[in-house]
Amino acid sequence: MTDSAQDLSPQTTTDGPLAHMVYVLRSNPVTLLAFAMFLVLIVAALFGPSLVAYDPLASNASRALQPPSWDHLFGTDNLGRDVFSRVIVATRLDLAISIAAVALSFVIGSVLGAIAGYWGGWLDAVLNRLFDTIMAFPLFVLAMGIVAALGNTVENIVYATAVINIPFYARLVRAEVNIRRDSGFALAAKLSGNSDLRVLALHIYPNALPPMMVQVSLNLGWAILNAAGLSFIGMGVRPPTAEWGIMVAEGANFIVSGEWWLAFFPGFALMFAVFTFNLLGDGLRDMVDPRQRT
Amino acid sequence: MLPDRLLTIGLRVAQALPVIFGVIVVSFILTRALPGDPAVYFAGAAADEASIAEVRSALGLDKSLPAQFWIYLTDLASGDLGQSISTGQSVASDLATRLPASLELTLISLVLSCSIAIPLGILAATRPGSAVDHLCRVLVTAGVSLPTFFTGVVLIYVFYYLLGIAPSPLGRLDFVYIEPDQVTGFYLIDAAIAGDWETWTGSLKQLVLPAITLALFTLAPLARMTRAAMLSALSSDYVRTARAAGLTEEKVLSTYAFRNALLPVVTTLGMVFSFTLGANVLVEKVFAWPGIGSYAVEALVVSDYAAVQGFVLAMALLFVALNLVIDLTYTMIDPRIGFQTK
Repeated sequence: MTDSAQDLSPQTTTDGPLAHMVYVLRSNPVTLLAFAMFLVLIVAALFGPSLVAYDPLASNASRALQPPSWDHLFGTDNLGRDVFSRVIVATRLDLAISIAAVALSFVIGSVLGAIAGYWGGWLDAVLNRLFDTIMAFPLFVLAMGIVAALGNTVENIVYATAVINIPFYARLVRAEVNIRRDSGFALAAKLSGNSDLRVLALHIYPNALPPMMVQVSLNLGWAILNAAGLSFIGMGVRPPTAEWGIMVAEGANFIVSGEWWLAFFPGFALMFAVFTFNLLGDGLRDMVDPRQRT
Repeated sequence: MLPDRLLTIGLRVAQALPVIFGVIVVSFILTRALPGDPAVYFAGAAADEASIAEVRSALGLDKSLPAQFWIYLTDLASGDLGQSISTGQSVASDLATRLPASLELTLISLVLSCSIAIPLGILAATRPGSAVDHLCRVLVTAGVSLPTFFTGVVLIYVFYYLLGIAPSPLGRLDFVYIEPDQVTGFYLIDAAIAGDWETWTGSLKQLVLPAITLALFTLAPLARMTRAAMLSALSSDYVRTARAAGLTEEKVLSTYAFRNALLPVVTTLGMVFSFTLGANVLVEKVFAWPGIGSYAVEALVVSDYAAVQGFVLAMALLFVALNLVIDLTYTMIDPRIGFQTK
């Protein structure tokens, strides 16, 4: 399976992260595929609205509930809106929600985890109890509660998704920082006059980045599922906005009468996105930490 | 030996207490922040300012937050979770009638996914590179990417609409059957106790699709962990020694490798249970299943704060209890663990 990939013109081997990446990608066509799928998502998210032929919100009662055809690749919904346009346009919103949520939990988790891991003591104990409490909830249920409490908006979906993911990042950073707190290079940096903050931020913390990247990629998939799940039960994004979770929810009402395309295509897009991020995460893990390969 | 173990168990239970307190605080804060004024709901549509204020003080809502929290705690201690606005029943009784529906679904789906995932993972680990191994890998990667609500919808389309084998996805029992007398609240058990096999098959039919939906979702992490744990156990020294000593392959696999591989699998099972409790909400909505998940969704829509609070609390306590059970199971699977804890 990998033969054709390896027969490509032999490059001069340079030792470096890029060369390593090229090497891993060559022997792992699945990761290459994941990158290609990721590119598709990015293009759909950036240029989606200008790529589609129909307005995702324009209804047309005379063309309601039409099965997929050349005019309407994914058919039309009960209001005559073009499902293909809606699925493509929704990419931007779904990706934006998950990326914003993951970025938030990445930053907050890094700061809290670094503090807990570097200074330890009562701060560490308090933060750990806090994370224990968050993790004691079934995460989706907690997210539901947070969105309900803060109000039904897109921003609150982002906050809720960020909160439930913070413990994963914080714990990871805490562990990585903690084992390096008293290591030689950290002590040397301090001896040469760097402040604690500088040593922590510039010398110790960067070591946590590779495993964090893997976590980010896997997390993006969860975040999308989480956001779409919340919309599916009617929280957060509201109709008529095009969003995959809502579209599946709306389409589910027509499944029992056989209009499958309403729910199928947005659901498939959702699956495609999550699958991409999971593949990407696995691929990144192979690059970052070959020992963890399964 | 026995007091030692009891001490370990006692310590572990004590460790769960701060978490339980934290859970209560979080669910209290969350629901106080819910939009809408419960006093207005309880006072009714025709209420004027004075009667709303009266209801407010009757509910203790005019007091400070710490005082309200104290009232909440004392109520909780006597098993009072408050009154649901939408159903008019006490939240405790609402949860009690709906919890069995959710548990029946969750447990059946977990049993289903374990009985597929664990043998699959073991087979994949004992025959690396074989067809089973590849099947396992495909299932694992595809499985984690499946949104449960979407799987449910697809299953309904295929088995209800196209093939017509599944019953309509509307709740626990088709209306042609009579609900069995409530003993445990699990329809399968209640119907079996009553000897009503028609109802039993009827409720089993309703269960199949939602259970498969949830099982597909939980299959992936379980199979993945079983495979990885078995692989590392099989490459260990003690398995090599056992083989060298001439033990049968069956004995090596079941007693030596599997028992050691079981620990991470049980850990994963705990995580999976948490996912399942969350996913339940979605699956219950798809299949109109009258469990606590759909109860919570209905409650959220009308800002029914006591009901939401009760639901969040029940879920979290269930999960804390489960983690406790899992930790205690560890000491049974691997006696060494009990003595390591401080």
